[in-house]
Amino acid sequence: MSNSKLNILTKGFFKENPTLILVLGCCPTLAVTTSVTNALGMGAATTFVLLMSNMLISALKNVIPDKVRIPSYIVIIATFVSMIDLLIQGFLPSLSASLGVFIPLIVVNCIVLGRAEAFANKNTVFDSLLDGLGMGIGFTIALTLIGAIREILGSGSIMGFQFIPAEYHILIFVLAPGAFLVFGFVMAAVRFIVNKNEEKKKQKAAKRCIKPLPV
Amino acid sequence: MDKLLHISGSPHVHSDESVKKIMWSVVLSLVPALLVSVYYFGLPVIILTLVSIGCCVLFEYLIQRFMLHQKPSIDDGSAVVTGLLLAFNVPSNLPIWIMVVGALVAIGIAKMPFGGLGHNPFNPALVARVTLLIAFPVQMTSWPVPTPLWSFHFADAITGPTTLGIIKEGGDLSQLPTYANMLLGQMGGSFGEVSAIALLIGAGFLLWKRIITWHIPVSFIATVFVVAGIFHLVNPAEYVNPMIHLLAGGLILGACFMATDMVTSPTSPWGMIVFGCGCGLLTIIIRLFGAYPEGVSFSILLMNAVVPLINKGFKPKQFAH
Repeated sequence: MSNSKLNILTKGFFKENPTLILVLGCCPTLAVTTSVTNALGMGAATTFVLLMSNMLISALKNVIPDKVRIPSYIVIIATFVSMIDLLIQGFLPSLSASLGVFIPLIVVNCIVLGRAEAFANKNTVFDSLLDGLGMGIGFTIALTLIGAIREILGSGSIMGFQFIPAEYHILIFVLAPGAFLVFGFVMAAVRFIVNKNEEKKKQKAAKRCIKPLPV
Repeated sequence: MDKLLHISGSPHVHSDESVKKIMWSVVLSLVPALLVSVYYFGLPVIILTLVSIGCCVLFEYLIQRFMLHQKPSIDDGSAVVTGLLLAFNVPSNLPIWIMVVGALVAIGIAKMPFGGLGHNPFNPALVARVTLLIAFPVQMTSWPVPTPLWSFHFADAITGPTTLGIIKEGGDLSQLPTYANMLLGQMGGSFGEVSAIALLIGAGFLLWKRIITWHIPVSFIATVFVVAGIFHLVNPAEYVNPMIHLLAGGLILGACFMATDMVTSPTSPWGMIVFGCGCGLLTIIIRLFGAYPEGVSFSILLMNAVVPLINKGFKPKQFAH
């Protein structure tokens, strides 16, 4: 795999992370991250939808008329969301119960539509596949990170395994204000790291550019 | 000609006021209330107060020194005031580690991320109190029964309802403390809010020092009194005497010491009155119709959010216009 293809895949993990850097898909990020299990389930479902819709939209990009492209994208995305919704209902009923309405709401998740509009309708099928996969994994990483912090602090457990006694639970992290707090602090931390990396890169580049002064 | 003349720009007349002086005056004004709560609740009050102040100062120092890389300004006393007010807002049997969490929330979430003293849109002590109330609903609402120091009542695990709690639960109104007890401080509640007289002495000191003006406390308390009075007159069986609303809960503490926080309150007199009325109205609405028995902290925080709007609406007139 060439370097640019690898870049398409990995940029979604961290550098262009859809939730933490692009701030897309806030609604599921805030709503379903009460536990790691929910976060992983949501991330996996969204990754599937992203992957499939990116591929199909990229394949159909020359067929879909420009004027009706958004409705067409929504129809394609909704198809895959219905598929994953029914699959989860059939095989993982407990996950379906805890995620509830947020699985059907993937249809209006701005990450999916955003990648279709910004990437899939301009690039090849294979590139779109990589982009969808990378963005989906980045979304899952962000959700799992926030979910882990909220579950450890709020319910004293991880993946349902309890290790902090009940009197030390901090209830606010399970509730909505805790979601905003953790989201904000994780975002700030990631921004801090990204900025620092970029500064380092710039300094390196600057060092390389320095030429000896003509005497 | 060896004498140098110094010429500086205006203003040439200074008052000797400084942030430091104001903050320490506020600390001084809170001492009477602290003494009363030590009298009623004993040693835990001293421990919690020291922990709260110590942690607030420590967190401010650590954040300024190691995260913001600025010169620490903990000697201005603002962290001490925050710590003291935060401690006043908790029940005296609160576990110490929760107090530490509260201090971290006050300084690490409500104050420093916005830029430190003078830049925080919300009162740090109140943000911490509300966060603790939502995060630890059980520990934050178990109120020890006040027992005077010399009563030698060693069963220190007795807890009882607060005045507003009795009213909210629709409990037996004959259990309410008498007015005299409410004035002096013998009632259940967060340990800083119990004694109306001690708080009013402190507020009087601040008014005399001109650190606060009368606008916010008076409009805040009057609004609560008037609205509660109207409800009481219409239906005395359902709504209690407005005097109880005045003395119970954190109204006096909130109106005199927290709503008047210079950073988070409006600047013009009319703005302050609007701010105080808004706080009072929200407080009494939450007390009478809300899910929580007490609404002072929520109402002040909500009104803090609209302070920029109030400041815009009530700009003082410029001279020579």
